[in-house]
Amino acid sequence: MHLTKSPKLHPSSLRKYTAFFRLHFTMGLQYRTAAAAGIATQFVWGAMEILMFRAFYQTPDNGSFPMTFQATSAYVWMQQAFLALFMAWMMDNEIFTCIIDGNVSYELCRPIDIYNMWFSRSMAGRCSKAVLRCMPILLVAAFLPKPYGLMAPASVPAFLLFLLTLITGLAVTVAFCMLIYMSAFFTLSPEGIRMVAMSVVEFFSGAVIPLPFFPDRLRGFFELLPFGSMQNVPLRIYSGDLSGAAMGRAILVQFLWLIILVALGKFLNALAMRKITLQGG
Amino acid sequence: MRLYWKYFLIQLKSKMEYKTSFVLTCIGQFLISFNVFLSVYFMFQRFSSVQGFTYQEILLCFGITLMEFSLAESVARGFDLFSVLIRKGEFDRIMVRPRNEILQVLGSRMEFTRIGRMLQAVVMFIYGVSVSHVTWTFPKVLTVIFMLIGGTAVFSGIFLLFASVCFFTLERLEIFNIFTDGAREYGKYPVCIYGKRVLQICTFVIPYALIQYYPLTCLLDRGKWWYGLLPLAACLFLLPCFALWKCGVRHYTSCGS
Repeated sequence: MHLTKSPKLHPSSLRKYTAFFRLHFTMGLQYRTAAAAGIATQFVWGAMEILMFRAFYQTPDNGSFPMTFQATSAYVWMQQAFLALFMAWMMDNEIFTCIIDGNVSYELCRPIDIYNMWFSRSMAGRCSKAVLRCMPILLVAAFLPKPYGLMAPASVPAFLLFLLTLITGLAVTVAFCMLIYMSAFFTLSPEGIRMVAMSVVEFFSGAVIPLPFFPDRLRGFFELLPFGSMQNVPLRIYSGDLSGAAMGRAILVQFLWLIILVALGKFLNALAMRKITLQGG
Repeated sequence: MRLYWKYFLIQLKSKMEYKTSFVLTCIGQFLISFNVFLSVYFMFQRFSSVQGFTYQEILLCFGITLMEFSLAESVARGFDLFSVLIRKGEFDRIMVRPRNEILQVLGSRMEFTRIGRMLQAVVMFIYGVSVSHVTWTFPKVLTVIFMLIGGTAVFSGIFLLFASVCFFTLERLEIFNIFTDGAREYGKYPVCIYGKRVLQICTFVIPYALIQYYPLTCLLDRGKWWYGLLPLAACLFLLPCFALWKCGVRHYTSCGS
């Protein structure tokens, strides 16, 4: 089936996508019980992670620590609070189902660009989850005793940069997930690719252990990968581990990857649209 | 047992209809638990020991825990989707059949992609055992076997426990992941490194420490000899889980159509 090319993104049509964002944002806010359960889970998870690191910090003869224990705690709490923004496995199952069962045809009939729509939709879903979950975790973490809790940000500019990179990091994550959504057009059984991609993202983005804990040479390499531009940058800026010239470079790399991933996603999208076969009937 | 085998074959055949996806999902499962190993590996690239445990000892602990979990998972993970059975009212069908309910629930769904994790567990187990500097004697081998039995019992008990809770909540609570996937994830290190409080909880509330930390000290010649028998005591954990299941079955009111 051939479809006419979707309209270009025009300033006035941006309103459509912000509308999609608002719609999915408010939809996501409805799941409060799920959020409460999620918060409890993440709280225990964060606590265990910190206790694990504490064991390493407490052991004598463990010489060089790449981050202070306080910074590590802050990193872990921030990671748990904003988990929904960065965890690649939190993908929108509806998008996969609609590609597989053919309902995507309805979406294609609309006078909108499907890439932009899904992009804003994914951003919204992640934001609403994070908004629901972050506050209680941040609050409790802020009141925990000194090295275990979350400290105030180093300075106002650092905090603003944290927010900025948080958003770009989210955008990079979503742009990467878009590639996986797009792959479903070609494979129709996205489960496998999805799982492989997830574990790769987890490892290289610093979700398993923070990137500074890797040996220096590997770490330098990991920071240049697109995965290093996800949660690694904002979390480390907040904990004060990343600053100065290194921070500037990291932000630059973030924007670069955002552009590359979006371009790649749009290209795959165009390719998929040209040869799409609709499933189901 | 014959019935379980039959369920097993049916499920396997249905999954084999989608081969590529199956293989990729297996790889995915493998990689996800491989990440845990990598995290241990890279932490020890930087640090030499944690709370008196060396890299080799941690690997042994990780290998055994992962093996325990995978064994339990291959038996009892069917309980994971039990809430779906309840909500759709499919449990009614199970109740009217003249067979054991638990067996039927387990047979209703099997995840063969877990074979990826199982493979990982076997590799880690063999690797962990071979690099550990333990001099293997008969009691120690017996301890490892006890650990595997006890561990499978405890993790299966947890799966059963959470399925039973679904009778009352109708909803699978995300918080339970802490006790299954969380326990697997953090079981890579002996429970004691997380501090005294955690160790107490893991000894008296949910007996993770009985299948992991205590017998491990026995293997490493640091604990008392009877620590090696504790995994068998952990099997008792199945009793309250089973009681709750029975209670749930009795209170079950169908909610499907």
